[in-house]
Amino acid sequence: MSAQMDTPMVIQLRELAKTYRTGEVDVKAVRGITLNIHRGEFVAIMGASGSGKSTLMNMLGCLDQPSGGTYLLDGVRIAGLNRKQLATLRNRKLGFVFQSFNLLARTSALENVELPMFYGMPLVPLREQRERAVAALKKVGLGDRLGHHPSQLSGGQQQRIAIARALVNNPDVVLADEPTGNLDTRTSIEIMGFFQELNESGITIIMVTHELDIAAYCKRIIVMRDGQVISDTLNANRRHARQELDILNQAEKTAKLA
Amino acid sequence: MILIRRLQTVMLRSLLTSMIALRALRRNKLRSSLTALGIIIGVASVVAMIAVGNGAQARIESKVAALGQNLLTIFAGSRRSGGVNSGLGSASAITLADANAIRMEVTDVVAISPEVSTSAQAIANGRNWSTSVVGESPDYLKIRDWNLDSGSMFTDREVRSAAKVAVIGSKTARELFGPLDPVGQTLRIKNIPFVIIGLLASKGAGMGGQNQDDRVIIPFTTAMKRVTGDKYLRSVNVQVVSSERMEVAQQQIASLLRQRHHLGAGRDDDFNIFNQKEIADTVGSISRIITLLLGAIGGISLLVGGIGIMNIMLVSVTERTREIGIRIAIGAQPGDIRLQFLIEAITLSLLGGLIGVLMGVGISQLIGLVADFKAIVSTGSIILAFSVSSAIGIFFGLYPASKAAALDPIDALRYE
Repeated sequence: MSAQMDTPMVIQLRELAKTYRTGEVDVKAVRGITLNIHRGEFVAIMGASGSGKSTLMNMLGCLDQPSGGTYLLDGVRIAGLNRKQLATLRNRKLGFVFQSFNLLARTSALENVELPMFYGMPLVPLREQRERAVAALKKVGLGDRLGHHPSQLSGGQQQRIAIARALVNNPDVVLADEPTGNLDTRTSIEIMGFFQELNESGITIIMVTHELDIAAYCKRIIVMRDGQVISDTLNANRRHARQELDILNQAEKTAKLA
Repeated sequence: MILIRRLQTVMLRSLLTSMIALRALRRNKLRSSLTALGIIIGVASVVAMIAVGNGAQARIESKVAALGQNLLTIFAGSRRSGGVNSGLGSASAITLADANAIRMEVTDVVAISPEVSTSAQAIANGRNWSTSVVGESPDYLKIRDWNLDSGSMFTDREVRSAAKVAVIGSKTARELFGPLDPVGQTLRIKNIPFVIIGLLASKGAGMGGQNQDDRVIIPFTTAMKRVTGDKYLRSVNVQVVSSERMEVAQQQIASLLRQRHHLGAGRDDDFNIFNQKEIADTVGSISRIITLLLGAIGGISLLVGGIGIMNIMLVSVTERTREIGIRIAIGAQPGDIRLQFLIEAITLSLLGGLIGVLMGVGISQLIGLVADFKAIVSTGSIILAFSVSSAIGIFFGLYPASKAAALDPIDALRYE
């Protein structure tokens, strides 16, 4: 099941499995997932807690090694890579957006966004780092907040910094783990609007969420239970954040006038 | 080409990483300075203690050297009568004939001065002053490495004729004549007039703390005949040709005196020989041990300071687990994280070392002002303290830094 069969595959999973040993008991968090994700897709991974979606996400993000099966990221086999190689891979090919933003405190928005380039190899020249970080922040509408620290910004703004950070190294895939979990409804719609815009410009996005109305902004919805994929469908009734925001703004205006 | 570019990247990144580390230290100013304080105190005490030890050592050695070069002093043994020990020189054992025998038969002896001494009232210039009157030979000044400020020493002829001439110490001169030049003046001891022919250079307090500048030196013959009336010598000062021959000379003198005093095997010596080199060696080794001990005390505080750094770095790693998680997730290599925390630890200890060296030098100067010797700050001790403190930074920083680098990003990101 894929929305964009015409583009090359960026993620290929074959019988991917993950088993944790806790004491005497083996916990099979992910039990044999096979799926492909093509460039330009916008995929939601849904499931209740304990369904294995976080474990799958950690493996997709090269933060965790699978215990079985194969995972090819942009053609690179992940199994057998060491910590250093995984770090390099994360830096080059992946962008992360977390539920709790995970920005460096007491560090300016600009420096937070520069961070992935800081760890790049070879190093991006410092001036180019600055230019790219400023451009990324402008893209998410924070061009006037470059020097602000996360604590001086709202949750929505912090998440936008995180998105800018995820984009600044031109990743193949952006992985978002419950990106709207800590945000109110309106800010959530704004953030989803950003993701939709990014996706339209060609960036592959994989998002974990347990909220159906957030998953509704994606093109493809994968549902997991007990470590397996139980449904993988294209989203027929896709929500469009831009339109919804326009309607909301309109409604607010009329409310104020009245 | 690729290698050079990689090297450039590594260097630039190390530089940037150091900046992150420095910023983290600046954020916790109080904590950083308290942590560095451990190293500051350690380094300062090492530098100051070694300086004080060296200074004291040099001072003591100069005192010993001031006794004279390659000096042996033969004292008459102690006299016991009814359990009362009257102390060295009290026994009537060494005679002028003994001294002559030493001069004639012990070939390594280059200078000799038989000594008698007493306390007497010296009267001159309408004043009087109680001083010690010492009978010596003309060799005495050479043996004691002592110079004259003015005038000259009496001669062998004056010794033979038991001339009434005197060479006086600077303190005695000041007491009797004030600022006047005493040379050519007359002073009276036990109503005998002595012509002052020389003024001794000031030598300061001796090993025992007595003032060596308060004395009147006269020919030993004059002293024995006219002042003390003694037939026996208090001691004999002997200069040996070289420091290597000291021991041989001492043995020869001892066996000569035993033979002359008819001491059979099994009987104790009725004299004592003080070997200046032995004293110098003993004193030297004692002061070296003291210096070592003081340095070791400083070293222990340096170690404690190092443990303080490790403690704070461990706290810092725990506190910043989430930050570490973020950095790793975003693509930091384990080496980047390790370097970041290692640089923090090294910066703390190097900064502490630098301030500590400055403080140690300052403390040494202060001690030098208070004590009667100069504390000697050696470059060696500064280099030692500095390199030890940076080694401590690396050693005690490595464990926390490696702990940080080994964190699992998933756990670290979840850490609250």
